[in-house]
Amino acid sequence: MSDVNARIEAEVKNNDVVLFMKGTPQFPMCGFSGQVAQILGYIGVPYKGVNVLEDQEIREGIKAFSNWPTIPQLYVKGEFIGGCDITREMFQAGELQALFEEKGIAVKQAS
Amino acid sequence: MAMDAHEIERMIKAALPDAAIEIKDLAGDGDHYAATVVSAAFKGKTRVQQHQMVYAALQGNMGGVLHALALTTSVPQD
Repeated sequence: MSDVNARIEAEVKNNDVVLFMKGTPQFPMCGFSGQVAQILGYIGVPYKGVNVLEDQEIREGIKAFSNWPTIPQLYVKGEFIGGCDITREMFQAGELQALFEEKGIAVKQAS
Repeated sequence: MAMDAHEIERMIKAALPDAAIEIKDLAGDGDHYAATVVSAAFKGKTRVQQHQMVYAALQGNMGGVLHALALTTSVPQD
């Protein structure tokens, strides 16, 4: 258990934006993961997709790590931002774009 | 696997007695719901914390028997 926590911690520390998802950014395997991938793609922020379907340990471990029962899960600079609903709400309110700006993460497209 | 909308509402109410709850069965299959939960208990909490409170109320059913619950939380308007 502590091993998987260390692996997750390394992922969220070593990458500015990490999306734990079902499938990959190119081929999401779940509608909710797909929505978040689409939002991040639209904003134009580089991110690392971690496919939990390929790693059962991370799939279960991330739920305990974040105290969050579902996938996808978005991390920015090591901070848990939310799942699909929160990410979409923030995006629609312009808060997600503001968050990346505030954290100094470059995005391709001005919001 | 599925969960009844009344059961979802009952569990949330048990944890957040003041909550105004609206639940929609999105696909009519008893497995994909959207819930709006308005409670004064959310005051001063982040969205993540608010959702965590609802998930806690569902006692492990979320992500298990309950596959999809699109959640919107807010504090009552004064």
